[in-house]
Amino acid sequence: MTRTEAGQVAVVAFAQSRHERATDGSSEVEMLLPVLRDVLDRTGLSTGQIDFTCSGSSDYLAGRPFSFTMALDGVGAWPPIAESHVETDGAWALYEAWVKLLTGEAETALVYSYGKSSAGDLPEVLTRQLDPYYLAPLWPDSVSLAALQTRALLDTGATSERELAGIAARSRAAAADNPYAQLRGGSVDADAPPADAYVAQPLRRHDLPPVSDGAAAVVLAAGRTARRLTARPAWIRGMDHRIEAHSPGARDLTRSPSTRLAAEHAGLFDPGAPPVDVAELHAPFTAQEVVLRNALRLGEETAVNPSGGPLAANPVMAAGLIRIGEAAARITRGEARRAVAHATSGPCLQQNLVAVLESDGSAEDGSAEDGLTEGGEGA
Amino acid sequence: MDDVLTAPMVVEFPFTRSLGPVLSAFLTGLRERTVLGVTATDGRVVVPPTEYDPVTAEEVRDLVEVGQTGTVTTWAWNGAPRRGQPLAHPFAWVLVRLDGADTALLHALDAPEGPGSVSTGMRVRVRWAQERTGAITDIACFEPAPHDPPPPGRPAAHPGTFPEPVTGIVAAARLDYTYSPGRAQTRYLNALAEHRTKGERCPRCRKVYVPPRGACPTCGVATGEQVEVGPAGTVTTFCVVNIKAKGLDIDVPYVYGHIALDGAGLALHGRIAGIPCDQVRMGLRVEPVWTEGGRHPDHYRPTGEPDAAYETYKELL
Ligand SMILES: [Zn+2]
Repeated sequence: MTRTEAGQVAVVAFAQSRHERATDGSSEVEMLLPVLRDVLDRTGLSTGQIDFTCSGSSDYLAGRPFSFTMALDGVGAWPPIAESHVETDGAWALYEAWVKLLTGEAETALVYSYGKSSAGDLPEVLTRQLDPYYLAPLWPDSVSLAALQTRALLDTGATSERELAGIAARSRAAAADNPYAQLRGGSVDADAPPADAYVAQPLRRHDLPPVSDGAAAVVLAAGRTARRLTARPAWIRGMDHRIEAHSPGARDLTRSPSTRLAAEHAGLFDPGAPPVDVAELHAPFTAQEVVLRNALRLGEETAVNPSGGPLAANPVMAAGLIRIGEAAARITRGEARRAVAHATSGPCLQQNLVAVLESDGSAEDGSAEDGLTEGGEGA
Repeated sequence: MDDVLTAPMVVEFPFTRSLGPVLSAFLTGLRERTVLGVTATDGRVVVPPTEYDPVTAEEVRDLVEVGQTGTVTTWAWNGAPRRGQPLAHPFAWVLVRLDGADTALLHALDAPEGPGSVSTGMRVRVRWAQERTGAITDIACFEPAPHDPPPPGRPAAHPGTFPEPVTGIVAAARLDYTYSPGRAQTRYLNALAEHRTKGERCPRCRKVYVPPRGACPTCGVATGEQVEVGPAGTVTTFCVVNIKAKGLDIDVPYVYGHIALDGAGLALHGRIAGIPCDQVRMGLRVEPVWTEGGRHPDHYRPTGEPDAAYETYKELL
């Protein structure tokens, strides 16, 4: 067994469901199964050819204990497979799979995640992730917490309600080209005075993500295997995740130092690195995009959430993994050479993951074409 | 397609949690109308206090008493309060930096004059709950206070000792769901209502799953072809239950077994009755018995057929 060099693991396939407010009575595995078939078909791999499987989900969403073991029915787990699960967004499952591939213990990994929020009351369910002593007994719903963060940002003057309406409009207009999105097309006119009533002042309806049922899956592969499975691998140049204090009153809600640090460690700011063409940001609320753009130092040259982002479809537990998949898909389609994907977890952007993805030949050392063909046998 | 079955489902779970020395002092203090903070390694006063330094993770134990008046650092209007939230009528969520503290505490602000009366920087004070038990809800909410500046100076040290300190909390939680078993199990349950048992066949390995879950866990492909199995089956293994289960109206001892219905690729489980416990055996042929109005068989009873040969069910054990 030989370690795989960082940068020699790629996203080789991505699939997602058509996200909707409520799936038509399907169980979680019934919702997930077509997505798993789709992602495997894109690589030509069968389930038995996957070295490692890792998933992300939360039983709280649909209220089904051990739902992830039922979801394994969709994978084909016999003869016994190497498998793991994280109780958070699938982006963290992808992180675990990436580490597994870097150790050289696996050449291919299947990562999937799903969320069926329609079974419960999502803002209320999310209160159960909060500190049980000081926060959870007050039942502060996720929309209210995001409203506190948005007010703090408006107070600094770093954004305006008009700019936030513009983010909502741009996201939903971008989603018009995304057949998987739930809210598609422009319903918000950024230049008109905000017409939506406040849902939780300062948040208006358009500042909120939809509540979505959905699933996503990604196949990762190392080195030569990645090249065999796709003509254009989206190489993961770096990935890192960082967490901040849980208490929203102990943090500066207008900044995201954890995102900044994760981006530094993922190589986003490396000297001489090519510009970032695309950023897929897991910002379910409009103001969070402003915070993240700052943390990631994104400028006008970067297209933010061309998929529509979480404001167009927000299947909790899958929305972060979808950001990585969408960013990789831009590279696979040749629309971007360098992309950054971000995922978040916890209240008010408490925990953040950043992945930097690149196409062949975009690295400044020029070694991509030849060096990468050595794949898992390198180092 | 048939309508998918749904049913309301309530999940309730009281978590009993112990408190460390800092949280115990803080929550006991609330019971005694005293708000405590803890001094972090860098000298900042953290309210509500943590057991460990937010930056260095060192143990922090130096308690101080902070004011019961503070300044709103951010707020949000909640026009439609939910179950469990501090106030039943519209209120503002606020982060409040209490006088003497360097961090802010989340709570509700009672603002009867509406969102127009709330602003960042406004001064607010604690409204205590009538009945206090040592919980964050001992603060009923905050209420607007006169716009006086915070008093100067640092908060005074406090020993954090009170008579009868609280050492734990019980955090009750309730979540309401609309449960759906999904399409495959709906088909299964609808057939059961007609006293028929329908499994689903894997298109790849041909195994028939009863009850079906929508996918073949071996092949990872969807099952769809419905196959009626049974009604009779074979006991593949069993046990004698001698301890009465809470809330179950069945006399002990009774027999619980795995039953491979004819045509099924795996055994399901059920109670076996109509035969003395000590006569139940592997290979016994049984059939389901439904009671009036029951969707599931109440139990299985012997058919009187000769026992099945071991070879016919050895793969289904
Ligand atoms: Zn099968």
